[in-house]
Amino acid sequence: METIISTYTSVNEQAVKTWYKAGPVEAFPDNGGVCVKYKDRQIAVFNFKRKNTWYACQNLCPHKLEMVLSRGMIGDANSLPKVACPMHKKTFSLETGENLDGALDAIATYPVKVADNIVYIGFSE
Amino acid sequence: MKTIIVVGNGMVGYKFCEKFVARQASNDFKILVFGEESRPAYDRVRLSQYFEDGNATALEMAPRSWYAENNIELITGQRVTDIHRSSRTISTMNDQTFSYDYLVLATGSSPFVPPIKGIEKEGVFVYRTIEDLEAISAYARTLSEGNMQPPKAAVLGGGLLGLEAAKAVMDMGLEPHVVEFAPKLMPRQLDRRSSKILQGKLASLGIHVHLNKATNAIIGSRAITGLQFGEYDGIMVDMLVVSAGIRPRDELAKTCGLEMGTRGGIVVNNKMQTSDSSIFAIGEVALYNNMIYGLVAPGYEMAEVAVSQILGDQEVLMSETIDMSTKLKLIGVDVASFGEPFMPVEKGYAILFENKTKDLYKRVNISHDGTKLLGGILVGDATDYNRLHQLYLNDLPIPEAAEELIIGSITNGSPSLGSVLDIPDVAQVCSCESVTKGDICNPIKSGACNSLSEVIAMTKATTGCGGCKPMVTDLVDETLASLGKEVQDTICEHFDYTRQELYGICKVKKISTFDQALATCGKGHGCEICQPLLASIFASLYNDTPNDEAVIQDTNDRFLANIQRNGTYSVVPRIPGGEISADKLITIGKVAKEYHLYTKITGGQRIDLFGAKLNQLPAIWKDLIDAGFESGHAYGKSLRTVKSCVGSTWCRYGMDESVSFAIALEERYKGLRSPHKIKGGVSGCIRECAEARGKDFGLIAVEGGWNLYVCGNGGANPKHAKLLAEQIDNETCIKYLDRFLMYYIRTAAPLMRTAPWLEKLEGGISQLQKIVVADSLQIASALESEMQSLIDAYQCEWKQAIENEAMKSRFKHFVNDEADDDNLVFVPMRDQWMPKQWEQ
Repeated sequence: METIISTYTSVNEQAVKTWYKAGPVEAFPDNGGVCVKYKDRQIAVFNFKRKNTWYACQNLCPHKLEMVLSRGMIGDANSLPKVACPMHKKTFSLETGENLDGALDAIATYPVKVADNIVYIGFSE
Repeated sequence: MKTIIVVGNGMVGYKFCEKFVARQASNDFKILVFGEESRPAYDRVRLSQYFEDGNATALEMAPRSWYAENNIELITGQRVTDIHRSSRTISTMNDQTFSYDYLVLATGSSPFVPPIKGIEKEGVFVYRTIEDLEAISAYARTLSEGNMQPPKAAVLGGGLLGLEAAKAVMDMGLEPHVVEFAPKLMPRQLDRRSSKILQGKLASLGIHVHLNKATNAIIGSRAITGLQFGEYDGIMVDMLVVSAGIRPRDELAKTCGLEMGTRGGIVVNNKMQTSDSSIFAIGEVALYNNMIYGLVAPGYEMAEVAVSQILGDQEVLMSETIDMSTKLKLIGVDVASFGEPFMPVEKGYAILFENKTKDLYKRVNISHDGTKLLGGILVGDATDYNRLHQLYLNDLPIPEAAEELIIGSITNGSPSLGSVLDIPDVAQVCSCESVTKGDICNPIKSGACNSLSEVIAMTKATTGCGGCKPMVTDLVDETLASLGKEVQDTICEHFDYTRQELYGICKVKKISTFDQALATCGKGHGCEICQPLLASIFASLYNDTPNDEAVIQDTNDRFLANIQRNGTYSVVPRIPGGEISADKLITIGKVAKEYHLYTKITGGQRIDLFGAKLNQLPAIWKDLIDAGFESGHAYGKSLRTVKSCVGSTWCRYGMDESVSFAIALEERYKGLRSPHKIKGGVSGCIRECAEARGKDFGLIAVEGGWNLYVCGNGGANPKHAKLLAEQIDNETCIKYLDRFLMYYIRTAAPLMRTAPWLEKLEGGISQLQKIVVADSLQIASALESEMQSLIDAYQCEWKQAIENEAMKSRFKHFVNDEADDDNLVFVPMRDQWMPKQWEQ
């Protein structure tokens, strides 16, 4: 199972080599998440409309290693944007990936950009 | 109005502003802040984080708008060049002049760059600002291009900051080499043994350490190619990051004649005043007790003292001794050092524990008489740090066998230090924000705070380095437990209301979307507590289905199914009263077979189909709906089932048709959303085969009608339902049930079932009887009509979802692909399938 986790590492915007075209903006619900398939990876993408910001992170919850984070509710804690895993409500920062209510490993986060109504996710390879 | 000029917008300069704002004195003072860097103050302690996510704004102490909102004028990218003490003015690099009543120097420090030959070469950097990091990162990229081997980077200095820098260059894909003059790493915090352990751990992570090395030249023609230590000793590297200590940025003070230390730093007294009483110095530029303190916590304390002194609160003085304890996670390795890490023999003795195979080292220093903990070091596992640090700070008694302090936690898994509540109220728990145990526990005892997040919001504890978080969490939990408290009245940080209040607000103001609710009476952007709660209120007020605003629903409601442990869902069609025809049974069997679903009979007399993938749900429901099924709402905080015994239809003891009445009630209240799930039961005689008294509402047929019981439940804390009315007919039953359920929906706290709700209701069951039966509040007709409008608005939400393409589109695992989740693994279980066991 370690191998699944290790396929997800955070990418910062400077390190992006590939902007993967995930789909048109309309495919992404306002203030909610969906899962995007990129090669053999699953990326949760959130259109946080209330903050006018897009976020992306691994779909895999590090707690029980299930592909569910895209189905979690988003929100904020002390202004920090977060996602709550639908399984056991473990919460993670959408900015840093840090586990906010425990000591789980941080989740990987990815940059998102929107251009000409198309949503792109940044990968480093 | 008086003017305060703050020179320097680093962490301490910012903290001065924050503490000033907290005192609400902005009417009497105008604050002007000058920052040399282009950005507002950011968290330098977490600088290496910037490499991980590249997000500079995430590091900001506060956004630029915060300063404006609090009447602070922030001028960045502008250096202050002179102080004119006689005229009480300062001038800036572009010759603007500003006058002040109080001047606060928070200019911080700059990296010390030793005068080594060749230090000016290309590829030599310092590690201090975001710009430094960007320059290092850019250079690293040019080095990496076209290079098969990772380029090598040396870090000069094996202290705290140097090791942080080593992590940063490692994250950039370079091979890090730490070069330290001393014979050990972190020479101020660690002894040789612990340094060895840390070194071994770092080596295993790919960080090379070179100790005892005096760098005497940097070689290379234009750009650096290596470091030379001695005549025949050196390493080849492609880059150098200098992290050899700090020098206070005291040039402003020097030129205006303030008293300085012989090796730099502005001399301050315990009021943080310099030799000019209207000029203060705080943070790394201030020389206090003849020392420069390069840690955040003393800097914050200095900011607090300066704010208090300026506001005339002269009692607040800087502590005489400064605690230099540190705890951090360096590249995943716990390192902590507190009090006196090294022990001169005349003061005490040391107890050591070392396990090289596990990279563990623990040391405590004990006074000669064995009564006091004087300091210590922890490497590899610092879970005991908070408790040991508290023992040290507060001079608390220690166990007679002092070794239990460190080995207790290894032999029996728990430290023998007692409860966190034993430490005195004055004990400082969060040193970054100077928060004591009393500051944390007292607001809980007084009722001002009811949760960890409220305590953090009030005290700012844990918001600095975060090292005290476990301790603060324990204190909050144990204090709450000692008060027998668990429930929190207001909903969450976004809505400062109880559920009942919020229900009222939404009703009166006709709020029907989450955004409207936030705008009308909330703040922030919502969370996993308030969103489903509001969704439930909207459903209770307007019978909105979860399809109307899917993203604010909990996952079960969002996808109209129950999530199971591998992320698949279970499907429960409604089988009212548990009565089902052979044809319908066949349909369920066919569906289960076609989609390989695991089937099981539930406790509520229906059938659960497990293992449906998200993208299969619409097709499954199409088949079920075509055969006449409806949603069973097993996923919702709503009416689940009305269980029945077979009653007078077949049973020789039956007093009435319990199945028929159960079906009628289930049909009536199906889809009704409520604070928690609701279950009902109808028994045809007092033998009570339907277990109706274990339900939120239960009916038992007796001579002359039904006995109506309410507020029971099974589960973890079983409660028998209580008698509300006796020997009543079907219509009266429905009337009372309408009133009872609606009153519960209006007034209960989130996720509170009827039994605890009744316990909380003043007057208990007799009060409920007055309201429901005697209509003492004169709300009965309102309750009945509210219920009727919800019943009239019912529609099967699964039918709604599959008939509307936009609603249906959310049932996909991937937004950009029709594929299934390929992560799912099923294994055989008897004649069916179940998800593979969790490995952790």
